[in-house]
Amino acid sequence: MNTLIFRTVAPFLTALMILFSVFVLLRGHNEPGGGFIGGLIAASAFAIYGIAYGVAAVRRAIRFHPMSIAGFGLLLSTVSGLVSVLLGVPFMTGLWIYPHLFGVEVPLSSVMTFDIGVYLVVVGAITSIALALEEKESD
Amino acid sequence: MTLVCLFLPFMAALAAPSLTRFLGHRAAWILALAPAFSCLYFLGYLPEIAAGEVVTGGYAWAPSFNLSFSWFIDGLSLTFALLITGIGTLIVLYAGGYMKGHPQQGRFFAFILLFMGAMLGVVVSDSFLMLFVYWELTSITSFLLIGFDHERAAARRAALQALVITGGGGLLLLAGLIFLWNITGMTQLSLVVHQGELVRQSPFYLAALLLILGGCFTKSAQFPFHAWLPNAMEAPTPVSAYLHSATMVKAGVYLLMRLNPVLGDMPAWEILLPFFGGITLIAGTFLGMRQTDLKLMLAYTTMASLGLLVMLTGFDTPHAVEAAVLYLVAHSLFKGALFMVAGIIDHEAGTRDVTRLGGLARAMPITFAAALLAALSMGGLPLFLGFLAKEEIYYALAGGDLRSMLFAGVAMLGNGLMFALAFAVALKPFLGRPVETPKHAHEGPVLLWLGPVVLAVLGLAAGLVSGPVHRFISSPMASAVEGAPTTVTISTIPHLGIPLLLSLITVGLGVLFYLQIGRIRTLMSRLLEAIGPGPDRGFDAAIAGLVRLSVRVTRIIQPGRLEIYVTATFILLALTLLVPPFVYGEWPGAPLLPSGVMIHEWAFFLIALSGLVAVLRASNRLSAIVSLGIQGFAVAVIFLLFGAPDLSFTQFMVETLSVVILALAMTRLRLSPSDHRPIGQMLFDATIAIACGLGFMLLLLKSTEGVFDNRLTEFFNAYSKAIAHGANVVNVIIVDFRGTDTLGEIAVVMITGLAILALIRIRAGSTLRPADNDPDAADASRAGGKS
Repeated sequence: MNTLIFRTVAPFLTALMILFSVFVLLRGHNEPGGGFIGGLIAASAFAIYGIAYGVAAVRRAIRFHPMSIAGFGLLLSTVSGLVSVLLGVPFMTGLWIYPHLFGVEVPLSSVMTFDIGVYLVVVGAITSIALALEEKESD
Repeated sequence: MTLVCLFLPFMAALAAPSLTRFLGHRAAWILALAPAFSCLYFLGYLPEIAAGEVVTGGYAWAPSFNLSFSWFIDGLSLTFALLITGIGTLIVLYAGGYMKGHPQQGRFFAFILLFMGAMLGVVVSDSFLMLFVYWELTSITSFLLIGFDHERAAARRAALQALVITGGGGLLLLAGLIFLWNITGMTQLSLVVHQGELVRQSPFYLAALLLILGGCFTKSAQFPFHAWLPNAMEAPTPVSAYLHSATMVKAGVYLLMRLNPVLGDMPAWEILLPFFGGITLIAGTFLGMRQTDLKLMLAYTTMASLGLLVMLTGFDTPHAVEAAVLYLVAHSLFKGALFMVAGIIDHEAGTRDVTRLGGLARAMPITFAAALLAALSMGGLPLFLGFLAKEEIYYALAGGDLRSMLFAGVAMLGNGLMFALAFAVALKPFLGRPVETPKHAHEGPVLLWLGPVVLAVLGLAAGLVSGPVHRFISSPMASAVEGAPTTVTISTIPHLGIPLLLSLITVGLGVLFYLQIGRIRTLMSRLLEAIGPGPDRGFDAAIAGLVRLSVRVTRIIQPGRLEIYVTATFILLALTLLVPPFVYGEWPGAPLLPSGVMIHEWAFFLIALSGLVAVLRASNRLSAIVSLGIQGFAVAVIFLLFGAPDLSFTQFMVETLSVVILALAMTRLRLSPSDHRPIGQMLFDATIAIACGLGFMLLLLKSTEGVFDNRLTEFFNAYSKAIAHGANVVNVIIVDFRGTDTLGEIAVVMITGLAILALIRIRAGSTLRPADNDPDAADASRAGGKS
């Protein structure tokens, strides 16, 4: 599978797919998309990069162990739910703020951070499985 | 404040390890303050309780289930609380001296204080659930304490045995309490004790009684569940002195006394309790006579005393209840003292074998004095609390009818034997010619002898000033057990009468047994050998049988071959899908083919089908996997066409990734590229596959047949934008309306990922052995694994 074409295209493809996955993640609240699907896209991006350049390259590129990413995602989602408890409303109640950045109103919410958590869990879990399978037995 | 006192031992347990690190064994002086403070605080309740009041308090826990964290202190609870905290204080001090220099002393302090807190919780609990939680907590902490010397196999076995027996009994108790709850509709002991009539008339009375007795008899080491008590002598002596004389084993007696107003006064109660109690009394003393180890002799007399208490509680007359109350208090004092004496002898002389000890009185005068006082109380000689208890016992049993005479005989024989054992422990090591002991014996430090001296003197003092003791302790406690106001009047001045005569006979028997103890010991050994193996061996056999059974079951259901698991799973799935419609005749009707299917819709349908054909015709596994992808993508497109973009989007990604991961897994597993199943196997697998597919198809047809209830759809469409600020209903449901579900799901994803990672990491060729409880074997397998 390691053809020249594939190796040349892979980095661009990966970058594009990751960008697209973030786009899908963020638009999910109003258009088709969301954390789960975004995470799957990003995970396939890493899988492609891994097939082209080897697992070590992917591990270097993402710096953290994929399972740590998944763990962080789970933590983020849980904390997003718990913030509501601290403010005296039931667990997982969506909280919204509307700050103005550069003159544009940006709706931010605990629901969004929850979805980012979902994204990270999916990326982390799937990537770590894929990478572990791609690894040769000798390493 | 009461709450603080209840939790004080737990807090001290937290502080114990670090305090001990800084102060060494002197930390005992500080740690003992916690139970001492609780004890003083509980002493303050005495006047109130003596006036017939009860102290209650607590917090709601789960109000919807009528559960609360609440306490309830009457005469019975208060006496127990005082014994637990008072003797607990002395035990902590004693442990400071006994375990001095032990590298794990801090851990020991923590465990024993934890146990103290749990035990205190048992006796003051009002709500059933709290009682049960504390009850099991005593089992768990006693497991830790008995197994404190966890490097010895005998200690581990004893700890496990105690946990299995008492913890298992706790489950019976839970069931019994649930019965009581159902009968009365109440979860609080303070209310249930007034519902005696209701419970006694209930058809479930016997079931509730038997289950609760299961809990109490295991905890209080009644025959045939007694084996764990003597084995628990593997624990360090402070543990034996505390758990196996005054507290843990009394928990069962406590509960029986507590429930006497509810469950008592019925034939079953009055037959079962005296019967098992009597057997335990006799068995305990007989088994005790055979022993030469001081602690084991005491352990068996404890078992016998518990039998006596259960017998008296079940006798169910006011005198019997008073006798049980007095004997319980007296026993806690003298038995605690004698255990500690045995510990001092062991500590200072280096052995607890009574045949290798003698003439220690000169070297250890204080210990000897304490031992003597305690033994006089245990023997039931005048002036001591034990005497009052014994007089009261014979008052209760001197009825004249056959039943009373029978049990009076049992009590006399048992008490006589206990008398002999008491003096065997208290006199034999101290009198006679000095014997060469492993260590050069001398008096122990103050931390050691303080406990036994205080307890022994208390036993005498309580007998001397019996008036106030009765007013503040015995009468309120007896009233609580009896369920009606009771006044205990017995005093240390002997009255002429049958009880005194019986007492004299008992003492006579005791002296006779004491003088003949060597001969009786040989006789008992022969007798027991003739009887054969007891419940202790039975326990071993039961555990071994359980292990064998589970190994066999595991071999059958987990043979370790993936094909078998997969086959079993899918056969079960097919049965689940196909059997119910067959049994209930709920097959779906023939589906209506929709009219106006567009040409491109047909096209994707055909692509999906051709993907399936390709899978079946694929020459090797890799192309089969890829062909499966064709079918998946076609289905995803169909989703898209019918207005489920999110679903189809996800389906695309899942299909892609599953093809990638399946292919990777296949190369990783180094399967042969093509399929070499024999034709028979193929047909079998195909049948299962077709059955599953058919089942799902029928299920889907059936579920779309009915009228579609679109209330949820309407709800989400209406509110998704309005209250969750999102236009994508699917996503809003996932992350907001049903967010907690999603949280659970991503946790599952994460854990599945970890599990798969672990599976991949297992290198081929490295053999994993199942971990077991034997550290030696585990070490061996670790060492083997590394080579």
